[in-house]
Amino acid sequence: MHDLTPLRHAIVTGDAKSARAVAEQALAAGHDPLQLVTGHMAPAMDEVGRRFQCNEYFVPELLLSARAMKAAMELIRPRLAASGQQPIARIAIGTVRGDMHDIGKNLVGALLEGGGFEVIDLGANVPPERFVAAITEQKAQAVALSALLTTTMVAMKTTIDAIKAAGLRERVKVLVGGAPVTQRYADEIGADGFGNNAAEAVAVARRVLGVPA
Amino acid sequence: MHALFETLLAHGPVVTDGAFGTMLQQRGLPVGEPPDAWNLNHPEVVTAVARAYVDAGSAVVLTNTFGANALRLVDSGLADEALAINRAGVELSRRAAGDRARVFASIGPSGKLLLHGDVTEDELRAAFAAQASALAAAGADALVVETMSDLAEAECAVAAARATGLPVVACMVFDSGPDRCRTMMGDTPEQVAKALTAMGVDALGANCGQGVAGFVPICRRLRTATTLPLWIKANAGLPVLDGGRVVYPEGPVEFAARVPDLVAAGACFVGGCCGTDPAFVAAIAARLRGPS
Repeated sequence: MHDLTPLRHAIVTGDAKSARAVAEQALAAGHDPLQLVTGHMAPAMDEVGRRFQCNEYFVPELLLSARAMKAAMELIRPRLAASGQQPIARIAIGTVRGDMHDIGKNLVGALLEGGGFEVIDLGANVPPERFVAAITEQKAQAVALSALLTTTMVAMKTTIDAIKAAGLRERVKVLVGGAPVTQRYADEIGADGFGNNAAEAVAVARRVLGVPA
Repeated sequence: MHALFETLLAHGPVVTDGAFGTMLQQRGLPVGEPPDAWNLNHPEVVTAVARAYVDAGSAVVLTNTFGANALRLVDSGLADEALAINRAGVELSRRAAGDRARVFASIGPSGKLLLHGDVTEDELRAAFAAQASALAAAGADALVVETMSDLAEAECAVAAARATGLPVVACMVFDSGPDRCRTMMGDTPEQVAKALTAMGVDALGANCGQGVAGFVPICRRLRTATTLPLWIKANAGLPVLDGGRVVYPEGPVEFAARVPDLVAAGACFVGGCCGTDPAFVAAIAARLRGPS
């Protein structure tokens, strides 16, 4: 049995090269790919999130860890698929209409990917109908809406209204986040999940989609 | 100290201006439209905003060119207009200022993240160089690299700004970490002051991200790490939605009440960022003139 502490360490320290190398060794040694993810890698990302929450980590560390997680996942995902494991969920993410800011959206996208989700990036200034199309055509199980500006976050409501009007609200989860967004606003517009910062996004997505941590 | 700043600061700290973006939104700029485009489409409105600041007492007025770099304008299909928008921005502020105020031209961030691979350093340098040279050619008195979250991007913009030969101010957003005293990338005021000083800027500081109270400790910490003049522009608090309307919670009186603390902490240039207007400038100016 391999010691898998280095896998966890590589992800926590954002060392993509080592993360990939250790994951490769572990798979070669016969470790169960699902157990690698749930037992070692996801907890490592949780630790990264914890460090971000208590201000030990900042955006650069988050990004590096997400990148390390992704590097290991790229090896593991095909094995999961081959053994009949479903990808955990597909999330379409975008900055809402009128808002060109995509840094926050990109951070959350990277972290969701690092958390094992399949992420469809719709870009910035995304019209409601594009989110609707991601649900109907690309089979997104959740949409994640981002806004930086107080003036544009109202487009989150417009987007949710468009999803409702298309009769899709029951089959998709809606996540919202961004500098001006609050839990109160998320409740007001009927979102399913809200994250106060990028590091919370993965936990929120797992919770609303019923994915075990 | 740069000769221009020595002149400006000869009698103590001076007031700069307030926000352009939120002022233009109040005057009909639609959500999602870049404020910079109004330099070409509604020049009289932009000039009126700049003039209102000068009338209120601004010794330094900025330009409506915050987002006028090609990397940002491409999102709204205006990349080809970047030079014209920058040139007009300087001309409009100059028209408003006459000989009553100096025109410092604004260079904002690209909106892209280097570390995420959204953009390369070469692309940043090229975009900032084009903007800085357009602003300089149009006759700006100085360049202000503002609202930066990432020192690596700030360095690209500062290098471009310095290449014009104009004096350069650089300021960053501190809104993260414990006590909101760090940049998004985790840098402390001391690290930022040292890094920007080493880049050769002529003044440095902090803007946006939070209300004025949080700027006092940031300013104090910047002061410990540099001898350069400090530039402070705080928001009128953080915006909240009130019945679908965007409201900035702090007023000119609350803002101006902090000005003596800012000056004691080392601030030389004091002004406002998002949500502030000419009433803030007038209140700051009165506080700087009066006994503090």
